[in-house]
Amino acid sequence: MGILVDETTRVVVQGITGKEGSFHARGCKEYGTKVVAGVTPGKGGQEQEGVPVFDSVGDAVDREGANTSLIFVPPPFAADAILEAADAGIRLVVCITEGIPVRDMITVYHSLKGKSVNLIGPNCPGVITPGKAKVGIMPGFIHLPGSVGVISRSGTLTYEAVKQLTDLELGQSTCIGIGGDPIIGLRFADLLGMFAADDQTRAVLLIGEIGGTAEEEAAQYIIESRYPKPVIGFVAGKTAPPGRRMGHAGAIVSGGKGTAAEKQTVMEKAGMAVCPSPDAIGKTVQEALASAG
Amino acid sequence: MNVHEYQAKQIFREYGIPVPNGKMCTPQDSVREATGALGGDRWVVKAQVHAGGRGKGGGVRVVDSVEEAEKAAGEILNLKLVTAQTGVEGRQVRKVLVEEGVAIEKELYLSILVDRASNAPVIICSEAGGMEIEEVAAKTPEKVHRETIDPYLGLRAYQTRRIAQALGLKGAAIRQAAKMLGGLYRLFCEKDASLVEINPLVVTESGDLVALDAKLQFDDNAMFRHEEILALRDVEEEDPLEAEAGELNLSYIRLQGNIGCMVNGAGLAMATMDLIQYVGGAPANFLDVGGGASASSVERAFRIILADPRVKAILINIFGGIVRCDRVAQGVTEAAGNVDLRVPVVVRLEGTNAEEARAILEGSNIDFVVAHSLREAAEKVVSVL
Repeated sequence: MGILVDETTRVVVQGITGKEGSFHARGCKEYGTKVVAGVTPGKGGQEQEGVPVFDSVGDAVDREGANTSLIFVPPPFAADAILEAADAGIRLVVCITEGIPVRDMITVYHSLKGKSVNLIGPNCPGVITPGKAKVGIMPGFIHLPGSVGVISRSGTLTYEAVKQLTDLELGQSTCIGIGGDPIIGLRFADLLGMFAADDQTRAVLLIGEIGGTAEEEAAQYIIESRYPKPVIGFVAGKTAPPGRRMGHAGAIVSGGKGTAAEKQTVMEKAGMAVCPSPDAIGKTVQEALASAG
Repeated sequence: MNVHEYQAKQIFREYGIPVPNGKMCTPQDSVREATGALGGDRWVVKAQVHAGGRGKGGGVRVVDSVEEAEKAAGEILNLKLVTAQTGVEGRQVRKVLVEEGVAIEKELYLSILVDRASNAPVIICSEAGGMEIEEVAAKTPEKVHRETIDPYLGLRAYQTRRIAQALGLKGAAIRQAAKMLGGLYRLFCEKDASLVEINPLVVTESGDLVALDAKLQFDDNAMFRHEEILALRDVEEEDPLEAEAGELNLSYIRLQGNIGCMVNGAGLAMATMDLIQYVGGAPANFLDVGGGASASSVERAFRIILADPRVKAILINIFGGIVRCDRVAQGVTEAAGNVDLRVPVVVRLEGTNAEEARAILEGSNIDFVVAHSLREAAEKVVSVL
């Protein structure tokens, strides 16, 4: 079953009346997700994509039983939107917004710590449990229900990997885009833990990139927990020049740290199967599953 | 976003952080007047470029007379300064900072940045100042002291005392350090800085603390709320193609190779560059054309990529999920027709309506090389060179 979203997920879309919010609210609904409410302050009482719009997340929770939030609020206001959702009792916040200031995310991260709310993102494509629920912007049709868990810092690279898996009939249990920012909610290590406890998941694919220490933390967790399932990794950015922000705010080699080569080495030492090139992601997962038996 | 040393020092002054008196001079300014205004009999003339390692490259000179100052400024302003960070082409120096000389007793290191592992600001300091901090951290990690700041509590007084101790400070310098650290942390937060670095932070012969160098980098995501920082931008310090791409809302970074790349999504763009190298090619750029991949954004992307004379072939790799590949194919065809396409273009479109997309490309009057798989696309673009 999905580790984060499934048929019990009730989504409130924050920023639903905007271009992105309305388009993707419709997309999630069409996939079969229960999109039960939208929030745009000042537009409460309206309807968007057949869904009631409220002025506050609290109203959406009280009146429609929303338990998950999907955020399309612009960068200057997005951190506030995340905090509002957490405060209203939302259990899973998925923030799509790219461009939130780092300082704001530091505040959000520390505010959410110790609370029973999970944050995915920001600057991410969201979460999907194929066949059950989509809380994000990914194209549903490339996914196939199955037993490979996917955790990625990327957007379209994730879709590329997922399509390779689907074409090999290796379906996915849950796919999570954790986002390309330096300060995010749930990280590789957190989600690996959830996948370890998920009976449906037989292997996990990590799609990483340069910058930060997420892959190193994941490798450390795999070693320390004697991770019970095969983990396959891919790191993008072998050709990235140092000190440059490669699109994603978090994709930067700083002070010589966070290179793709380092991350690959660390993954190999943790016993992960490492994909040699992006076109070989599906095959590497297939081989890892075959040798795990 | 980067700023020059003289600009960083001006911001330091606003936050009560002691810096030497100085005056920025362009080739049109009078160095004689600058030294006269500063007074004293020793000055430092420093190249102002957005790159470190200026001293080793000959961009920093200590001078003992006005004539020497003028000569040094004249020479440095003529330099294409090559440092470890500028690359072999170097950077044309267009400004110098003429500063009063400082009698240095000790050189220290101090910086504030965000630690991604703990998601909190961290102050890094070391008695090994005036050196490459990464080397110090690698060879003598015991000389590097880290102080993580709780974002809610802020910088505590006891932390400033620990830092002063780690820096081996004595007497008046301890109190000065506490004040300076408070100012630096406030600056870091209020200005949405991503890095504040003072290397070296100097203890003078009279026992005072002075920031001899100042480096400030700012969080690009936060600049919408800092017009005053945006005003300090020096476009001439940026790669002209990258600056132009920024104006066109394209994420573009120039590399050294000859295969131009146009991809939707940063991760996929990096992976595409990696794959090109994996199969023996050399990527010329990183370019994320963004979610829409519309005809106009593709055309803008073509123009930027083609403006690099090194580009001898282009690989377009678009994964159309929500975006339909046939729409992208139409856009690519239209855009290619509007630009002077002098190099072969390999196109790989995957996702929604990929079949229709390939038909559109093959049926167009532009000689696209159409690839199905990612591997095929990379191998084809290397082979058409």
